[in-house]
Amino acid sequence: MNAALATSSQRVVVEDPMVPRSFVVTRTRQDTRDTATLWLTAMDGAPLAFEPGQFTMLQAYGVGEVPVSISGDPADDGVLQHTIRDVGSVSHALATAETGARLGVRGPFGVGWDVGTARGRDVVIVAGGIGLAPLRPAVLEICANRAAYGEVTLLYGARTPAERLFTDELPRWAAEHGVAVHVTVDRSDDSWRGPVGLVTGLVDRVVFRPELATVLVCGPEVMMRHTAAAFLDRGVAPADVRVSMERNMKCGIGLCGHCQLRELFICQDGPVLGYGLVASLLTQAEL
Amino acid sequence: MRTIAEDLPGHPFFAGLDSDALALLAGCAVNMHARPGEYLFREGEPADSFFVIREGRVALEMRLPTGAAVLDTAEQGEVLGWSWLVPPYRWTFDGRAVDHVRAVRFDGGCLREKCAADPDLGYAFLQRIVQVMSQRLHSARVRLLDLYGAS
Amino acid sequence: MVANPVVDPAAGVAPGDDRTVDLTGLQTLIDVLAGRGYAVLGPVVKDGSIDYGPVRKVSDLPVGWGDEQAPGSYRLRRRDDDMIFGYANGAQSVKPVFFPASEVIWRGLRDAEGAVVPRREQHDEGPYAVVGVRSCDLHALGIHDTVLLGRRFADASYAVRRADAFVVAVSCSDPAGTCFCVSMGTGPRPTAGRGAPFDLAMTELLDATGHRFLLEAASERGVEVLREVGGRIADERDRSDAASVTESAVGRMGRWLDTEGLKDLLYASADSPMWDEVADRCLSCQNCTMVCPTCFCTDVEDVSDLAGDSMQRERVWDSCFDSQHSYLHGGSVRRTTKARYRQWMTHKLGSWIDQFGTSGCVGCGRCIAWCPAGIDITEQAAVLREES
Ligand SMILES: Cc1cc2nc3c(=O)[nH]c(=O)nc-3n(C[C@H](O)[C@H](O)[C@H](O)COP(=O)(O)OP(=O)(O)OC[C@H]3O[C@@H](n4cnc5c(N)ncnc54)[C@H](O)[C@@H]3O)c2cc1C
Ligand code: SF4
Ligand code: SF4
Ligand code: FES
Repeated sequence: MNAALATSSQRVVVEDPMVPRSFVVTRTRQDTRDTATLWLTAMDGAPLAFEPGQFTMLQAYGVGEVPVSISGDPADDGVLQHTIRDVGSVSHALATAETGARLGVRGPFGVGWDVGTARGRDVVIVAGGIGLAPLRPAVLEICANRAAYGEVTLLYGARTPAERLFTDELPRWAAEHGVAVHVTVDRSDDSWRGPVGLVTGLVDRVVFRPELATVLVCGPEVMMRHTAAAFLDRGVAPADVRVSMERNMKCGIGLCGHCQLRELFICQDGPVLGYGLVASLLTQAEL
Repeated sequence: MRTIAEDLPGHPFFAGLDSDALALLAGCAVNMHARPGEYLFREGEPADSFFVIREGRVALEMRLPTGAAVLDTAEQGEVLGWSWLVPPYRWTFDGRAVDHVRAVRFDGGCLREKCAADPDLGYAFLQRIVQVMSQRLHSARVRLLDLYGAS
Repeated sequence: MVANPVVDPAAGVAPGDDRTVDLTGLQTLIDVLAGRGYAVLGPVVKDGSIDYGPVRKVSDLPVGWGDEQAPGSYRLRRRDDDMIFGYANGAQSVKPVFFPASEVIWRGLRDAEGAVVPRREQHDEGPYAVVGVRSCDLHALGIHDTVLLGRRFADASYAVRRADAFVVAVSCSDPAGTCFCVSMGTGPRPTAGRGAPFDLAMTELLDATGHRFLLEAASERGVEVLREVGGRIADERDRSDAASVTESAVGRMGRWLDTEGLKDLLYASADSPMWDEVADRCLSCQNCTMVCPTCFCTDVEDVSDLAGDSMQRERVWDSCFDSQHSYLHGGSVRRTTKARYRQWMTHKLGSWIDQFGTSGCVGCGRCIAWCPAGIDITEQAAVLREES
């Protein structure tokens, strides 16, 4: 992909990472009040292989383009899956895209969860809200190679019971793949029988070996900070806690400068980063 | 069957308290259980209990015209209730058993007396209660941000 | 550190290839470059500043023009001689030549089913020959080569424009009061192997004996061009006169930036009161980022025609001083001017080093001259140093 040049022959560009490929929406599912999952296939038929935790720059033609993590199964590169929460103009156009609609896709970009390096270790996955979407491919990859991992736990905090994602899959991960699944909600009514409270409140009940644990965290920045702190308190090394960062992104490929967090380009160095690398940057206001 | 005094050290809340202290505290305690849906306490009632939950989950609820909002839950390994410690000793929420709950119930008045009589014990006990209060306050504050929702 | 991706072409070039020409020879140089198919660009007076524009005749160049620059002010002045490259610099470096302020990335036409089909926009302007690139700007160009070409992903259109470009660098003779290239190690004389590669280095010599231009070849292409241009083989006097020009320029730097440990200083100073103080004066106008030869931030904009039949996506320059630059749903990360100024200065002088292996400042002084509030990056750095 590097167009580094030494000669004078390179005047015709074959591949430009800023130009999207068109994908067609083949299926949609309304997950919650404001969140939908899209299944997409490439018009050119070429597969889109990705690492769990990577994202694409997803574009509603004429509306705009935003970074969205891939929420699908890394073992299936023929289908691109995105789970999108409707929060503004572009995400609205994406979350309400109908079957047959065409969307522009660039990517996949960025550094993912690097799940493979957690083999032989205990894995604790902590998701808050829409943060479960970028973690789902990691869960699926771990489930597909479950024997390679030690204790696997998923802590998931949602706003309300109705706003939980992947509700059909959570029990399956628990029952079929031995993942200890704990779900908590911020607020509830008396129909909810599970815990109410912060996801950090669940950390104490996780079984893991601190020196042999890899913790993957995705959610709002405040939630990730507090979660990381809870695991550091329990003896996990900062480098073993990985967080997925969000910053404004206009290119996804390290060129536009928008995603900078001091020396980091979140789009290329991240979005998944060792907590040790970002901890001090996250407590600094407006960095 | 094990006595309450024998059981308490196994609960995280009491970790680090010596056996004398535990024996003293156990004098205020009885075992109890609640069926799913049963209230351990109701808003506005005199708060004379401190619960150490050994099994099950209790929901802290606020009654609304449209139903009940669950603000917090406490479960196995956690404790519940500090209204017995602060005047006017009245419950500010409902406490409802979500599932079958087994707990140790301490009498609030008895605890207050013991703590007043033995300041070292009182300090150790309060320290633990404050830690619980601080965690719950933290949880409430962060949830106030409505991090997953704000739209 | 990321290596400069544009291969150094200076290998195999000997001093015996260097030529000295007079004004006629300078015209010949322009003609030879044009004859070889280059669109020749050079400094021209435009809108009260010096800009790059098409050059056909020597008289298109800023003959007899100089400049005066100070914090918050830029003024062209008439020189009392006929120096052509006797100004320091203009509002823009060569940056817009290779990296335009706005360009179409792709156009989408609707197919029979009404769906948008994106097609990359081919940018095949040029090839350009740019005459009169200052050493500081050459370093800035080298930085852009690293940022835009030297990493995993490249700016494809920049790559095309850079590919064939012929660069005639020029030595500074009359630096401005805002210049500090010497402290940044970026000037005032173009040096092969430092900054972006160039083909010819020119030193303008004007004395009682007349108007001379020492042309030193720095690439094979440069040698070829010089052969065609002709002129006499450069001699020792030409070289020593050129050295004096540089020496005198070095002695007249308007400013100095102490770069020692600057990155760590900036990283440690995120809470300094300096940021509050400077934010009181900073207008967040973005001028500094627009004139800076190394700033590379861009945004994208979609433009649709009214009927919605076609649309195009454009890449436009952006600035970290823009309130939307760090926008996330719910608000911007850097809401205050203080945070934006801190981002700018910390990036230029600090985090740039971690990202690209060099400072992001080449000491051209533009941000000082073009700041309506006269904020001076060298002064702000000095304040941090005093505080520490
Ligand atoms: C690496 C990464 C992965 C993401 N994955 C998902 C995902 O899987 N599902 C999902 O629903 N959302 C995800 N997001 C967030 C998503 O990009 C934003 O919700 C979206 O950009 C909002 O755009 P908008 O136009 O609808 O909102 P507006 O509030 O109108 O935003 C205007 C513009 O600001 C920028 N912007 C606003 N919020 C964000 C943000 N949070 N992150 C980056 N840019 C922003 C965008 O350019 C956007 O177009 C991800 C963000 C990042 C950085
Ligand atoms: S972040 Fe600011 S200082 Fe850095 S390149 Fe972008 S506009 Fe320039
Ligand atoms: S920061 Fe200022 S002095 Fe440095 S290169 Fe940019 S415009 Fe020139
Ligand atoms: S998103 Fe453009 S540089 Fe990271």
